[in-house]
Amino acid sequence: MRAARGITSRAHPLWLAYILHRLSGLGLALFLPFHFWVLALATTDPARLDGFLTLTEAGAVKLAEFGLVFLLAVHMFGGLRLMALEFLPWTPSQKTLAAGATALSFCVAMLFLLKAI
Amino acid sequence: MTSNILKVTLERDAGGQTEFDVPAYESQTVLDVVSWIQQNADPTLSYRFACRVGMCGSCAMMVNGVPRWTCRTHISKVLDGDKVTIGPLRNLPVIKDLTVDMDPFFDKWVGAEAVHHGTLTRDDPIAAVDETSPERVEANAGIECINCSVCYAACDTVAGNPDYLGPAALQRAWTLLNDAKDEGRAAILEAVSGRGGCHNCHSMGSCTAYCPNELDPMSAIAGLKRETAKSFFKRGR
Amino acid sequence: MLSLRLYMAQRITALLMAPLVIGHLAVMIYAIQGGLSAEEILGRTQGSVAWFLFYGIFVVAVAVHGAIGLRTVAHEWGGLKGAALEVFMWAVGLGLFAMGARAVWAVTFA
Repeated sequence: MRAARGITSRAHPLWLAYILHRLSGLGLALFLPFHFWVLALATTDPARLDGFLTLTEAGAVKLAEFGLVFLLAVHMFGGLRLMALEFLPWTPSQKTLAAGATALSFCVAMLFLLKAI
Repeated sequence: MTSNILKVTLERDAGGQTEFDVPAYESQTVLDVVSWIQQNADPTLSYRFACRVGMCGSCAMMVNGVPRWTCRTHISKVLDGDKVTIGPLRNLPVIKDLTVDMDPFFDKWVGAEAVHHGTLTRDDPIAAVDETSPERVEANAGIECINCSVCYAACDTVAGNPDYLGPAALQRAWTLLNDAKDEGRAAILEAVSGRGGCHNCHSMGSCTAYCPNELDPMSAIAGLKRETAKSFFKRGR
Repeated sequence: MLSLRLYMAQRITALLMAPLVIGHLAVMIYAIQGGLSAEEILGRTQGSVAWFLFYGIFVVAVAVHGAIGLRTVAHEWGGLKGAALEVFMWAVGLGLFAMGARAVWAVTFA
């Protein structure tokens, strides 16, 4: 209860961005060893690798994959935001414009990619 | 305000009553509430204040989990129904009740070289300061700090990393770095690049969000990061 | 806890990885169309110097970046400090690098 109040009492946007960046980074770091291990099966046990890859068709695993892609994207954009904040002494409106432009161009690129294939 | 009686909980060491009924009145500040308890309910209560007008920086406390200057915070703005919880400032050792030991906070100001590095004597003419230069504008942005330690209490990085110098000390270091009258550039950059330096900051911005004087320590720390990164590439280390 | 040098290593690897992550995201979205198979992945990567370099640089950068990031979390949230913190950081970095290098080798030139 006290911990929950501790969090809600300082849940302003920049703090939420900080906690999201930390938790996504932590999640990615914990996932990476597993990711590397599965890929290395290509030499040691190809049949088992295919077993893992067919597993990716399952609903629950698909959801987990979506989660991982989200973690990666959110950690990257959060990191770029942080570096812009630290290294580029922009005005707030310039920052909003830059963030908006980046998000928009990313959406356009993704849309293009999904259409193209 | 919903009732005439405030339910006030004080977070304090074992012993002594922790919940008090305090009569409410118009334009009452959090400090007024604490003072009423000390004067009418528990004379042993320890707390710290001096000027009561937001200049001295001695009355900051945690109010419903948020650090605030209590003399300039109306109780009506922070009440949760008719309840409020008041505790000692976070991230500093408690001496007694609502009084914390500010020594670690001020030691870190010195640790950040946030002290004046003068070279002139009284016999030199007074140096002219250009109020419109970009450096002076940067310096002016941070000089209204009253050392209340609200930013220090708000910072989760301070909570997890006891060596971290914290927002107030680093902001003053940034102010002096931009001050034409201060000659301590090398010493400041060295001090804020150490183990507890500006690079530990995660830009979570609680310092800027809660500063009662609406200063922006987070951006000041970002300035230090830029300057130290520049000198990193220049000196190659 | 974080020196200027570690901070710079963290930011430089981050900047290096930004285009790599976008590439990785694009490949993932492309590759999962019509399901994943070992044959498909290896058909793309085996013997390719370009993919070896792409993922090789990625692994080196992520090992450095992840080790420094986990160092910070281990100190702030885990209370680890001193020699134990240094050992932890190097173990994470070398471990990530070893596992990642093995994986990249497995899908390219092994």
